[in-house]
Amino acid sequence: MNLLDVRGLTTAFMTGSGEVNAIEEVSFSIREGEILGIVGESGSGKSVTALTVMGLLPQPPARVAAGEVIFGGQNLTRMSDRQMRSIRGPGISMIFQEPMTSLNPVFSIGDQVMETIAAHERLSQSDLRKRAIDMLDKVGIPSAARRLDDYPHQMSGGQRQRVMIAMALACNPKLLIADEPTTALDVTIQAQILDLLMDLRDEFGMAIMIITHNMGVIAETADRVLVMYAGRVIEEAPVAGIFDRPLHPYTRGLLECVPSLVEDKPRLVAIPGTLPEPARRPPGCRFAPRCVHAQPACTAAIPSLELLEPTHTAACFRARELAPA
Amino acid sequence: MIGVAFRRLLSAIPVLFIVSLISFGLMRLIPGDPAAAIAGVSATPAEIERLRRDLGLDQPVWMQLIDYYQGLARGDLGKSLLLGKGVFAATMERLPVTLGLSAYAMVFTLLIGVVSGIIAALRQNSWADQAAMMFAMIGISVPNFFLGLLMIILFAVHLGWLPSGGYVAFREDPMGWLASMTMPAFSLAMLQAGLLARITRSSMLEVLRQDYIRTARAKGLPQGKVVLKHALSNAMIPIVTVVGIIVSLLLSGAVVTEALFSLPGMGQLLTQAVLSRDYPMVQGGLLLVTTFLVLVNISVDVLYAVLDPRVRYE
Amino acid sequence: MSEIADAEGIAQKREHPARATLRRLFRHRLFVTGLFLFGIIAGVAIAAPWITGVDPQRLSMRNKFLSPSETWVFGTDNFGRSLWSRVVWGAQLSMIIGASVVALNAVFGTLIGAAAGYFRRLDNALMRVNDALMAFPAILLAIAVTSVLGPSTLNVILALSIVYIPRTARIVRSSVIVLREMEYVQAAVAAGAGHWRILRHHILPNAMAPMIVQLSFLFAYAVLSEATLSFLGVGAVPPTPTWGNIMAEGRDFMREAPWIITIPGVALMITVMGLNLLGDGLRDVLDPRLRIQQ
Repeated sequence: MNLLDVRGLTTAFMTGSGEVNAIEEVSFSIREGEILGIVGESGSGKSVTALTVMGLLPQPPARVAAGEVIFGGQNLTRMSDRQMRSIRGPGISMIFQEPMTSLNPVFSIGDQVMETIAAHERLSQSDLRKRAIDMLDKVGIPSAARRLDDYPHQMSGGQRQRVMIAMALACNPKLLIADEPTTALDVTIQAQILDLLMDLRDEFGMAIMIITHNMGVIAETADRVLVMYAGRVIEEAPVAGIFDRPLHPYTRGLLECVPSLVEDKPRLVAIPGTLPEPARRPPGCRFAPRCVHAQPACTAAIPSLELLEPTHTAACFRARELAPA
Repeated sequence: MIGVAFRRLLSAIPVLFIVSLISFGLMRLIPGDPAAAIAGVSATPAEIERLRRDLGLDQPVWMQLIDYYQGLARGDLGKSLLLGKGVFAATMERLPVTLGLSAYAMVFTLLIGVVSGIIAALRQNSWADQAAMMFAMIGISVPNFFLGLLMIILFAVHLGWLPSGGYVAFREDPMGWLASMTMPAFSLAMLQAGLLARITRSSMLEVLRQDYIRTARAKGLPQGKVVLKHALSNAMIPIVTVVGIIVSLLLSGAVVTEALFSLPGMGQLLTQAVLSRDYPMVQGGLLLVTTFLVLVNISVDVLYAVLDPRVRYE
Repeated sequence: MSEIADAEGIAQKREHPARATLRRLFRHRLFVTGLFLFGIIAGVAIAAPWITGVDPQRLSMRNKFLSPSETWVFGTDNFGRSLWSRVVWGAQLSMIIGASVVALNAVFGTLIGAAAGYFRRLDNALMRVNDALMAFPAILLAIAVTSVLGPSTLNVILALSIVYIPRTARIVRSSVIVLREMEYVQAAVAAGAGHWRILRHHILPNAMAPMIVQLSFLFAYAVLSEATLSFLGVGAVPPTPTWGNIMAEGRDFMREAPWIITIPGVALMITVMGLNLLGDGLRDVLDPRLRIQQ
């Protein structure tokens, strides 16, 4: 059974010039303990997808226009605020791109870890403290007991991200959403944080949805990969399928400019043009204007995801004929 | 924290020195013969001469300056010409009235300002936000003495609910104090309340879109905790920095409020001193009030350090 | 959403920046409302000689305490003087004092602020004096200065300038300090431009926006403070009508003739509110640091 089922999810934003869909008809699922990577450029809708699942988008201006998010048999998009709060933490939790600004500067890290637990479980102050120390220990904060009363500004970026992870896992969530968890960190720290996430997955057994623009991170962590472009899912496959037989021209373009973890090459040198803004998306296949294989038919209709191989789907009219033999 | 307090006290010394110089210099700026101006038109030459000697105005300026600072060092601020007693004693007599009025007004300011600012920020662009901001705009635009007059016309003249003026000491009759101070304090508070509502709103809006607020929501914290703990504790930091300005505005405004409601406070004392050319009183009173304000500002900076660990551990 | 703001930014780049700013200003609801309110008072003040038939100081004991009517638009006061004439001339005095304080602030606030911000050696001394002047409660300092100089319109202008110039100077100084470190200014220094030239061509034009915003609020404070001073009896000398002294005189008659207080009070409120709205609008449009919040 799937832990999370997202079906036909469309999230719209009210803007000065009318309503614009940030993501459209996004569907995917995550099994228990699985690591799903979502990859795409910034602005492709990865984060909006994650925030919609968490119910963290400000409404208005955001609105779930269609689709559903099924978690543990319940539709999260229909939930009241109170119900949703009980999911966040013990059900799904999230870590963010900016560890420097994601912790509240005026409270100690111990306080912030403890209040997370206290929001969902009735524990005495000393038990809360013990759990917090235990969690900080698990995420590799040295001499955790002494650092409990430290403030975020006294820690490095890598350490703060570890604290964020401790907070996110404090209530034993079934799913952890990691939105670009390493992007803001030094390369050496990036690898450490990814290793930590993998270790903790083995220890806690939670599923992870990891969002990144970095194919290197995907290769390192993901079991299955979702590629997003301009608000839509354009390809989905197990990680081997994506790297060995990419079926969408955009995915191929992404792979051609894979930055290794060691050197951060400029992104997407191989793909000309830029990602269209949500309000100015082209008709038909959104990638067509930048695609070297585009034909007139590509701008006539939006290609839908098609099952091209047993576990591999892609949304491209020419996928079959262009597929490597 | 002690470091912050110490550093601020040190940096206040040159400011207070210049403040004392300005207070001293004011009387010497009187065009023509200050002694004659102070004594008034009806004074005889002999009276003027005596006054000149009493005030030390017959001495060269540098001698007067030395005398002035020697006096300050002894804690002697001079003697009021009008009241015939020490400036310090006269000020201390009137201080409770002004402090009581300002404190009461501060309560109105904080209650109205912070609460309406938070509500406006949480419901940005709603009718509640627009109403709160309209209210704040009126608050910062209505002169406090006009608001006071309107309240007198309504509540004292027409309805007869509250006295139109006069002072009742708190120690003698707390309810009477409350009755006599409510209109003055409210009319005095509106300007600062409007200012604070606007600052609180923009500070809250700024904080509410920070990443750590999203983190707090992502942890499943209840809305109340997100707003009152995580948002307000950060929003308070810029709010606290304007408390010094608010106290200064309150003391400034109290001058008029006291005149309007016949409250025998500091403002009345100094206005009377100015109008009757009691310059030693003006000079000493100005120095005392301003020193008080400088000390308030230092306390505000220390409070700032208490609220913001980034400053505390510097 | 930032993309949409960017798109708007690109569209506006084709227009002359000054025209674009004006267009944004006139689309700003608060600014237009403020301009309208302030415009009414300013217009009345300028037209004072032509729209007041009766000398504001002419006494007529037969006509005292007349409530507003067709002949006496705003009624009369305790001496039977036309309140319309007095309030209109009071408006003119308020505008003259407000505008003079603003002008003096624009000149001396800029000079002092620019000197302190640009020449590091002057900064400490100038700012200590500035801080000291700002430490005094505004009204008390203004009262003290007016009393030293003697009550008159000119002295009120001087007193209010002494109170407010330090505040303006501080704002100019902080923008100059930021601008001084900008690369294009450093480039001009490297190219050997003189201090005066750098200040005039590279720094001051860019420090104008926060200054203009400050000056419109300052106009409001000046009008308000002038009314306060004359309400306390230390402003322009009666019988010259000012809103403050009209209201002060009306205090003794608030039961039989409340309009003596309410009419100048409302006029004062309209002026101050108009200027505050104007300032809010200018700040939203001109000061990009604060524009984000809109």
